[in-house]
Amino acid sequence: MSVIFSTMSRLFFVLMLVASIYMLFRGHNEPGGGFIGGLFAALAFALLALADSVAAARKALIVHPVVLIGCGLFLAFLSGLPGLFSDGSFLTHWWAELGSTHLGTATIFDIGVFMVVIGGVLALVFRFYEGVEQ
Amino acid sequence: MEPVLAIFVGLLFTTAIYLMTSRHTIRILMGVAVLGNGVNLLIFTSGRLTRDVPPIIPAGLDAPLIPIANPLPQALILTAIVISFSFFAFLLVLGFRAYQELATDDSRDMRLAEPADDPLPPLGY
Amino acid sequence: MFDTLLLWPVILPLAGAALAAALHAFPAVQRQVALTTMVLTFGASLFLVDAVMEGAILTKAFGGWMPPFGIVFVADRFSAAMVVISSLLALCALVFAMGDLRQRQVRSGFYPLFLGLMIGVNGAFLTGDIFNLYVWFEVMLIATLGLITLDRTRAQIDGAIKYAVLNLFSTILFLMAVGLLYGATGTLNMADLAVVLPQTEPSAALTLTAMMFLLAFGIKAGFFPMFFWLPASYHTASIIVSAVFAGLLTKVGVYALFRVFTLLFEVDNGTLKPLIAVIAAGTMLFGVFGAAIQWDVRRILSFHIISQIGYIMLGLAVATPLALAGAVFYIIHHIVVKANLFFVAGAIHRATGSFDLRKSGGLMKASPLLAVLFAIPALSLAGIPPLSGFWAKFMVVDASFQGEAAWLAAVALFVGLLTIFSMSKIWIEAFWKEHPRAVRARPVPAVMLVPIAALGIITLAIGFNPEPLVAFSNLAAESMGDRTQLIGAFYGGEHTAGVTP
Repeated sequence: MSVIFSTMSRLFFVLMLVASIYMLFRGHNEPGGGFIGGLFAALAFALLALADSVAAARKALIVHPVVLIGCGLFLAFLSGLPGLFSDGSFLTHWWAELGSTHLGTATIFDIGVFMVVIGGVLALVFRFYEGVEQ
Repeated sequence: MEPVLAIFVGLLFTTAIYLMTSRHTIRILMGVAVLGNGVNLLIFTSGRLTRDVPPIIPAGLDAPLIPIANPLPQALILTAIVISFSFFAFLLVLGFRAYQELATDDSRDMRLAEPADDPLPPLGY
Repeated sequence: MFDTLLLWPVILPLAGAALAAALHAFPAVQRQVALTTMVLTFGASLFLVDAVMEGAILTKAFGGWMPPFGIVFVADRFSAAMVVISSLLALCALVFAMGDLRQRQVRSGFYPLFLGLMIGVNGAFLTGDIFNLYVWFEVMLIATLGLITLDRTRAQIDGAIKYAVLNLFSTILFLMAVGLLYGATGTLNMADLAVVLPQTEPSAALTLTAMMFLLAFGIKAGFFPMFFWLPASYHTASIIVSAVFAGLLTKVGVYALFRVFTLLFEVDNGTLKPLIAVIAAGTMLFGVFGAAIQWDVRRILSFHIISQIGYIMLGLAVATPLALAGAVFYIIHHIVVKANLFFVAGAIHRATGSFDLRKSGGLMKASPLLAVLFAIPALSLAGIPPLSGFWAKFMVVDASFQGEAAWLAAVALFVGLLTIFSMSKIWIEAFWKEHPRAVRARPVPAVMLVPIAALGIITLAIGFNPEPLVAFSNLAAESMGDRTQLIGAFYGGEHTAGVTP
């Protein structure tokens, strides 16, 4: 790929990751959330895969995408557990208010969804790109 | 307004079924995508179309004071979009893999699982 | 405490699947995680059955949101029995997998996908919200798509395309039916629908919804003439996956159909009953005709899945309480027997090296234990007394005689005859005759024979002592047909008022 694309892709990668985290935390009261944040982040890695190579993108991801899916799913499962103790029903969320920000187990759930979407999309995208690259 | 959208949903279904009854895998894929969109629009229409504000309760109140848009179809459509997106991604990779492995896009030529020249059943014992 | 029992059959496989996916790099640990999860799930499902045995219907709202807007899990006898049998089947499949699964398949992610399938199956059996049912169907579909293409052979990719397209079409139709139902009634909760639907005036939308449900669940369950994806794809997967699919996937479709047509819509009006009766007869006949011409053991068994689904639909077509009880008994019997037969096919493959019946033989002398373990589920499938299949067929045929649908009973008995033909074909070709190339059979590892024996003992136990299960099925059918119990269980607790759009 061209030098311009390769260089700019690193800048865009960081920008897109920051945007994805912004999207993730924006989802509480405005459009956004874990799913679209995960798509942004997955796009960032897919951009890296296009610009350099899938191996470089895999190295940037550090873990295998399936491991990311598993960790995200486990986070989502953990976020549902506190409800069992307070209300007897899964996924009843606990909320805490620090000043004007609402934090709660739903945020952990959303982060879990974020990781699952990144892992899921990248598992497919990397496999696809590797198949095309040959 | 709803009859117009209903007719449009019908058009989407027609296109989707026409594409899905095609021989080529990629057209079947397109048909699945259009069908998913048609069904999403159907759920949207069946929640009735209104000119109302987004379903957000103002701060400090327990219930909205004015009529709000129906949030339930929006939640259903969001779920359906997420699910059909992941399906479409998987089917795309599967179709591409099938094209690579089976060297054809034509589903009539994909006779590996059910070979066309299966031998005759046992005629006697 | 009792109502958290509803959560465990879904939460435990969720945690297990997450752990198994996170431990992607450690295959041996994945197996321990999966076995522990399934043992715990099976234990939880036994507690669940124990809790509903007296007739209580358990409900549990998720996230603290009240029905009919919040999602509720409901367990009555039918659901609890389904959860127990599917957890038992999954446990047997995992034990069988200890002897039959290759490292490459584990590295491709067998355990997370398998546990993901169990999340979807248990969720579908326990949910009380019709859109939630759609979500669990999709979870199952994604997991099964991953499982079918586990080895990435060309036959698997071919079968996966046909499976994927037809099942996707059916879930999108299901979603369409749910959308139309919401538009007509304004609610998605099954008990609330059971209250609202009789009061809604009949319209084209409602008729269309009922037909779409029949079509969508019919494709999933494998009815005539929509079953052709089943013999095109089930035999391409590895044998453990085929066994679990055979035992579970079609039954979830049948379960959903029973829920919709006993709770939401009536089968007793003019056109629906003859339609379902004709579909049931066609399913039985064409399934068994298709099986009669196959040489591959797995394809014979796949066609038999279809024909036995026809028997279960016979129960819905007659729609008397005795018929519904017969159908519940048949579902439980069939899950055990069909999965067992697929496991035996896997053992035959291990012993002779092929699934093709023309290339096998001589197993009677080489492994008489396997021959006996095959004879039990095979004769049970055919309906020979005193095995479980005899009682199941007896209940269904008796109900159709009493329900004045004697022609259905005649078809059922004729199909039973052809089932015996298929089973004896497998017996003669794989066990009785000499191996065509006089090759010695390889020994089958004990860890593969243990689940086969366990399921066979269950078949024998049901066969020699059918009365507890018959009584259970009668009670389950009663609570299925009597909507007021389910509605009472919901509205006994807190709820919010329903809203029509």
